[in-house]
Amino acid sequence: MSTLTLAVRDSSTMIRRQLKGLLRYPSMTVQLVITPVVLLLLFVYVFGGTLGAGLGGGRDVYVNYVVPGILLMAVATAATGTAVMVATDMTEGIIARFRTMRIWRASVLTGHVVGAVIQQLLGMAVLIGVALAIGFSPNATAVEWLAATGLLTLFVVAITWLSVALGMKSPTPEAASNAPMPLILLPFLGSGFVPTDSMPTVLRWFAEYQPFTPIMETVRGLLLGTPIGSSAAIATAWCVGIAAVSYLWAKNTFNKA
Amino acid sequence: MTNLAIAANGLRKSYGDKVVLDGVDLTVPEGTIFSLLGPNGAGKTTTVQILSTLTRADGGTVQVAGHDLARRPDDVRGAIGVTGQYSAVDKLLTGEENLLLMADLKHLPRGEGRRKAAELLERFDLVEAGRKPAGTYSGGMQRRLDLAMTLVGDPRLIFLDEPTTGLDPRSRRSMWQIVRELVADGVTIFLTTQYLEEADELADRIALLDHGRLIAEGTAEELKRLIPGGHIELTFADAHLLDAARRLLGTGVADPEALTLQLPSDGSVRAIRELLSLLDEHSVDPTEMNVHTPDLDDVFLTLTGQQKETLR
Repeated sequence: MSTLTLAVRDSSTMIRRQLKGLLRYPSMTVQLVITPVVLLLLFVYVFGGTLGAGLGGGRDVYVNYVVPGILLMAVATAATGTAVMVATDMTEGIIARFRTMRIWRASVLTGHVVGAVIQQLLGMAVLIGVALAIGFSPNATAVEWLAATGLLTLFVVAITWLSVALGMKSPTPEAASNAPMPLILLPFLGSGFVPTDSMPTVLRWFAEYQPFTPIMETVRGLLLGTPIGSSAAIATAWCVGIAAVSYLWAKNTFNKA
Repeated sequence: MTNLAIAANGLRKSYGDKVVLDGVDLTVPEGTIFSLLGPNGAGKTTTVQILSTLTRADGGTVQVAGHDLARRPDDVRGAIGVTGQYSAVDKLLTGEENLLLMADLKHLPRGEGRRKAAELLERFDLVEAGRKPAGTYSGGMQRRLDLAMTLVGDPRLIFLDEPTTGLDPRSRRSMWQIVRELVADGVTIFLTTQYLEEADELADRIALLDHGRLIAEGTAEELKRLIPGGHIELTFADAHLLDAARRLLGTGVADPEALTLQLPSDGSVRAIRELLSLLDEHSVDPTEMNVHTPDLDDVFLTLTGQQKETLR
């Protein structure tokens, strides 16, 4: 059997394993879907009036502004779940068994990544549905929707591989739950909730150059028609870079352990 | 000449400063049960991890199932099955799904995989439990499922790392029965255990591992012949008397909890008479005495006991 056939076959077996587990124990998925929805409602109805005024409008203006930030926040939150799941899985005897079998070794990790990506795309769909119901009013064409979905999927893949690597590096599931923590802060320290030009200099500098900001700006531009500029290219480069480095990191860690 | 399932030469492994395996040689002919026996921390699990490609040895050459372990680990993986000390089942999946997962990873055709899974559920008495998640199984059931998963794809060499540790006596016996059936089919078994009875019951050849070195190897009979006889166990009324007896006799393994002293002895009337009169002369009276005919426990006690003496 060629390496590619082996890779595809073993990966699809591992993806099936992952999906069966997710379907059987849906509480994690439900939590992943509900947390960002609660955050969205919180930001729109509690902070939205005041923050919207700062943008020169009201709550309705702020709904549009905050959705891309919440979308990325949802992915960052889910990363914690993925890291914990991977770390837990690694402590189980079944992983030792996989290592003693003639299989495509990265398939164990691919299973986790595809499972998590499906989970998160589902979560994003629900989030956008709720956002539309409370006044989110994008003016995107079908092509722009497609492009936004593509970029978000790429982002999810990148962050998921990163959290798989972090999960593998963590000695215990408890440690794994802390590792992706900084990711949750990135939407705040960027253009997720307020424009960066309202921040003090040092913070503004960080906010403009960190990876989440160009991604949020691109999604915002595609869905709402704000200027995108060079953000799209920078966002794509960040996603591909994070995905590639994390994939190699995770694969190496798995082979070494 | 019989083919060798395992041929290891000068196996070495250290974790930092701690030497776990210190030059171990192993020879296991095909179709036999080989048992590696030793106390906790002797290096049994490390040996299995190295032979089953989980860990790299620091030194030594190893052939497993005819393949060079260091250069062709994937060919070794294709020939072996491993059941570790901790159950290697996916607890979220049902018993049947676990077996089908193995069939898929062994690249069996769909139909054959289903047939094999059904056959193994039947053979390991898991038909009813087959539709329940493995996380709900008892320890004995998980261990049976674990071994059943190892058997998918019919490996010719199976590693069993302490397969009955923590099992109740009944589950242990049923595990032994399964192992015997496997060998009857021509499979080679590499078994580690800390139970001498288990090695005695199952193994064709036994190697004693202590502090990372093989201290004896042979059939159960040969090992029993290594020491003159069984042992005498003396029980004392208090720790003071136990101490006095140990000083007086200058040998034996004392258990301060149970207040017993085990002495290697051939168990002859003459030896017992001499022992009792010596104790009597010094007024060190035991409350109870038991004479054991030789078993593997004595071999183990004597050989590992000696090692401890020399270390002190």
